[in-house]
Amino acid sequence: MAKPVPVPTPETQFYWDRAKERELWLPKCGNCGRLHFSPRAFCPFCSSVDIGWIRSSGRGTVESFIINHTPGPGYAEQGPYAIAFVLLDEGIRLASNLLEVEQTPTAITIGMPVEVTFEERGEWTIPQFRPAGAAA
Amino acid sequence: MDDSPVPASGSSGVSTEIVIAGAAESERLGVIPDESIWQLAAGPTLAALAQCGLTVADVDGIASTLPVVELAYYLGMRPSWLDGTVVGGCSYMLHVRHAAAAIRSGAASVVVVAHGESGRSRVGSPPMVPNPSSAGGQFEQIYGMAGAFSSFTIPTMAYLHRYGLDETALAEVPVAQSAWASQNPRATRGKLLTTDDVLNSRMIAWPFRVLECCPRSDGGGALVLMSAERAADLDLAHPAVTVLGSGEASEAPGSSFMQDLTSFRGFRDSSAAALREAELSTEDIDHLMVYDAYAHLPFYGLEDIGFVGRGEAYEFIRSGATRPGGTLPMNTNGGGLLYAHTGMYGMFAIQEAVRQLRGDAAVPVPDVHTSLVQGVGGMFAAAGALVLAN
Ligand SMILES: [Zn+2]
Repeated sequence: MAKPVPVPTPETQFYWDRAKERELWLPKCGNCGRLHFSPRAFCPFCSSVDIGWIRSSGRGTVESFIINHTPGPGYAEQGPYAIAFVLLDEGIRLASNLLEVEQTPTAITIGMPVEVTFEERGEWTIPQFRPAGAAA
Repeated sequence: MDDSPVPASGSSGVSTEIVIAGAAESERLGVIPDESIWQLAAGPTLAALAQCGLTVADVDGIASTLPVVELAYYLGMRPSWLDGTVVGGCSYMLHVRHAAAAIRSGAASVVVVAHGESGRSRVGSPPMVPNPSSAGGQFEQIYGMAGAFSSFTIPTMAYLHRYGLDETALAEVPVAQSAWASQNPRATRGKLLTTDDVLNSRMIAWPFRVLECCPRSDGGGALVLMSAERAADLDLAHPAVTVLGSGEASEAPGSSFMQDLTSFRGFRDSSAAALREAELSTEDIDHLMVYDAYAHLPFYGLEDIGFVGRGEAYEFIRSGATRPGGTLPMNTNGGGLLYAHTGMYGMFAIQEAVRQLRGDAAVPVPDVHTSLVQGVGGMFAAAGALVLAN
């Protein structure tokens, strides 16, 4: 079974289009200046429809995580795997797997610096995170 | 001659006292391969009505997470008030709240709130299909969240880390609740547990072991609500339980979208509303049910409702305060972790609070006059709270 892929809505299409270019972008309100997630056509804080997008630094830290021993669709072959919440430097939280690191609670720690990377999944490109500097 | 409109029977506005006059669970609980979801709801509905000396013909309102039209049809009911609110396991707290408002307004006079779920055997259950274009479908499920055990649990390490606790803290929740479950013959997991029992049980999603995750059960339950005035005219099998206050709230469609991973706004808002309506504070509450599909939820519940300060829930539970003889008996049926968990557990949390207040619980709490029932729906998505009294 294949790993799941998103079905974008018109409001999230930009996020997934940029991901296909291996870029992480976040919606930002032109009125109050706040970022939000998940993407909407207006600002959930001030209801302004003046929504633009900024490119994320792609840097953040692990805010929380589990190591799942009961795999979801497409995840069975790889053994136990981490599902983390990453707090981006921009203050937005994203769910992610943690790539290029041992999938154990000793190798993965709360507060660990991470950076964005991208996973090709069929037609899709999925934002993922790995330990900061792992590409070096 | 007085030509003012005749008030609807049993209705006199917001001051009308609302009671749970009947409450029953399915006779069997756990594995029931020979009953569909409809029958699992119908059995306790008929039993709860019988406790009131009523039949389906006396009921004019129905609420359920099951499709209510089909459930009413199955029951042979002709409802004039229907509530199909489905916001996860706390839906039944919302149904009670909505039913109380409906009875006060005169929109209904006798409401059945019914639950039936074939969580284990899946007899007559609809297929579970996640929506891949929902916020969760696009931004959570794609990372291998396979079910509640691998999504509801993710905020937990942030909580434990914030308060200097480690994974072993979670084990105290089923250990403490096993002091209740081990005395309850209906509990699915009826063994008295040690910390080692829990920590050595099968890993599901680290840090959660199987004994820190709810079992999957078949079962049902039903409540019959009406005005206290109407109940006074009936020959009830058990004392009626008063609905003193209620609250409902929502935060976000998944745990990655909640504002603070260490606190649930839904718990805070719904419990505050229920206590405010009841004109009570946490010190006035004798008994607590906190929806515990997973072992971290009582930590959040105790702190978010305000029974203890931030980061104090683990020590509170470890001290024995929530066990038999403690200052705040909690999850006294054994909880969703040990008693039973059909999927939408809220009905069973309410049932236990009702039993404690009317005196027919398997493990009775002495001198109980007030109970707070706190439910959660989805993955820190929705919440409902009730304050009940005898
Ligand atoms: Zn704004």
